[in-house]
Amino acid sequence: MPSNKPRTIIEKIWDRHIVAQREGAPAVLFIDLHLVHEVTSPQAFSGLRERGVKVRRPDLTFATVDHSTPTTPRNLPIVDQVAAAQVAQLEKNAQEFGIPYFGFQDRNQGIVHVIGPEQGLTQPGMTVVCGDSHTATHGAFGALAFGIGTSEVEMVLATQCLLQRPSKTFEVNVEGTLKPGVSAKDIILALCAKIGIGGGTGCVFEFTGSAIRSLSMEERMTVCNMSIEAGARAGLIAPDEKTYEYIKGRKFAPQGEAWEQAVAFWKTLPTDEGATYDHSVRIDADTLEPMITFGTNPGMGMAISGTVPDPAAQQDPLERESLRKALRYMNLEAGQPIAGQKIDVVFIGSCTNSRMTDLRAAASVLAGRKVNPGVRMMVVPGSQEIKRQAEAEGLDRVFREAGAEWREAGCSMCIAMNGDQLSPGQYSVSTSNRNFEGRQGKGGRTFLASPLTAAASAVAGVVTDVRSL
Amino acid sequence: MQIHSTVAVLPNDNIDTDQIIPARFLKTISKEGLGDQLFFDWRYNADGSPKADFVLNTPAAKASRVLLAGDNFGCGSSREHAPWALTQYGLQAVLSTSFADIFKQNSLKNRLLPIVMPKEAHTALFAALAENPALAVTIDLPAQTMTWPGGPVVEFPIDAFAKDCLLQGVDEIGYVLKQDTAIAAFEAKRSFSLNTLI
Ligand code: SF4
Repeated sequence: MPSNKPRTIIEKIWDRHIVAQREGAPAVLFIDLHLVHEVTSPQAFSGLRERGVKVRRPDLTFATVDHSTPTTPRNLPIVDQVAAAQVAQLEKNAQEFGIPYFGFQDRNQGIVHVIGPEQGLTQPGMTVVCGDSHTATHGAFGALAFGIGTSEVEMVLATQCLLQRPSKTFEVNVEGTLKPGVSAKDIILALCAKIGIGGGTGCVFEFTGSAIRSLSMEERMTVCNMSIEAGARAGLIAPDEKTYEYIKGRKFAPQGEAWEQAVAFWKTLPTDEGATYDHSVRIDADTLEPMITFGTNPGMGMAISGTVPDPAAQQDPLERESLRKALRYMNLEAGQPIAGQKIDVVFIGSCTNSRMTDLRAAASVLAGRKVNPGVRMMVVPGSQEIKRQAEAEGLDRVFREAGAEWREAGCSMCIAMNGDQLSPGQYSVSTSNRNFEGRQGKGGRTFLASPLTAAASAVAGVVTDVRSL
Repeated sequence: MQIHSTVAVLPNDNIDTDQIIPARFLKTISKEGLGDQLFFDWRYNADGSPKADFVLNTPAAKASRVLLAGDNFGCGSSREHAPWALTQYGLQAVLSTSFADIFKQNSLKNRLLPIVMPKEAHTALFAALAENPALAVTIDLPAQTMTWPGGPVVEFPIDAFAKDCLLQGVDEIGYVLKQDTAIAAFEAKRSFSLNTLI
């Protein structure tokens, strides 16, 4: 491996984790942290049993339940018997294979991508995988983190390694200063709109530039989280002082001398001067507006001041038909302004926007205001720890007094597997990451936006630019 | 591995895995029964009856081993339930101009060929099928070619290692398990452990 060539952080992490590399075969890549949840793991554990193998490194594996779990009070049992069986299965698997597990009633339970960083499990320079496409969230710490399928979950459980070919590198450079009312979510929605939902296929993003540097760790997680929505399997941000400060003192963070050694290593990770990327794109933070999606994939987004695009203006016949189909599903007219569109539900939550920064942003809009009587607003913290912290700050009171529901931690209406869902035809403004048909409940229609936009829309009862409130 | 089959056509771009198999069916702890749930919300009416006009409900599609779709097939969620559902329905190959990375990996591990076609050939196949819906394609994995009567010889890329695994029936997990010595040597170099919980 040529050691003098300037390398990106992506290449540095990759190189350090190669266990074996046979001619013509993918690399055997070592995995530092494997996160496991109830939905994509049962068949993998069954596979281990059939093979008669153990989990190679239970000490680098971590399990929690989030997708199928209700967000109702935790002293109630899980009513959905199929979901209850799935949750029970993970508990059984964790016990049998000796994997640390934050169960349904654990005080540290939460969305897998929220609790990894919260517990200090996610650290710079690591390879992190999970049977979940939003694993890229952990890239905010300068880790190479990506989603895998269930066969790969089984492989990592059995070997702590993955067969993998290197991805292309893609720099997403965001320079400038965000205007008030514009947030991290708007950066990533703007990227999806700019390069499209398949734009980053085969690539890993590195987010660079002054606008990225000025984001907090929580905001960086929001940006990296949706890398998959622009087609990239992973997205990361080089670590800096903010990263170290966030990790320090957390439960699984290195301590004492090990901490000093870790920081010294982390400082070697940022991309070398003169390193080159396979692709790059630039986003101007100064001119960025609050973004919102109008269609049925995250790439169908625009500034909130905009109007719904006209399929007739599309050149490619398949694209024209896709847009037409999307507008039909959303029941929107070409040319109509998106602001002012009536909504039924507002969802604040998901691994994209369920952390303290997000809850504070939503609460800042709701304080002293009421949720429109025509709107159901749900606020679902990303973890039980965030729930406690928000309650200590009194945010739960702000939400309740405004007329919103304050619930227990989980994926909730991001994926609508746990009973929290839209009814057919309903519109939501959601801080989650996917607006695919039926994602939030069969026949439901989703507008993806930031917590500020979502909260403003809850108050007005229609899609609303927070700056106009 | 040769596939000779008629083609079911689903001309949408960006078909995501939430459409291929909606999330509410992911509460299962097995791999069984997913074929009937494939494209559930596009395929069935509210009362559970099949929509007669949806392509996968037609007898012709049911007899097909190959699905032709628009650009960027399989984006979104990493759920391997998507290729499980597609193969249980009876499909052995999906044709598109591009596939989302995780879906592509998941498919190859389940003997579902993700065939990347050049844009021109992709458009030509749509046109040929519009003219003759009964047209059959031949996919030759060893040669990495696809052909149809009156059409070009389309070469498609496929990861060389994945191809070997498919053709020789190599079990990838078994392959990595056999590299135990290399993994142990790697681990020995770095005494790194996160958990103090166990
Ligand atoms: S919150 Fe949504 S995107 Fe995140 S892990 Fe849960 S289901 Fe997936």
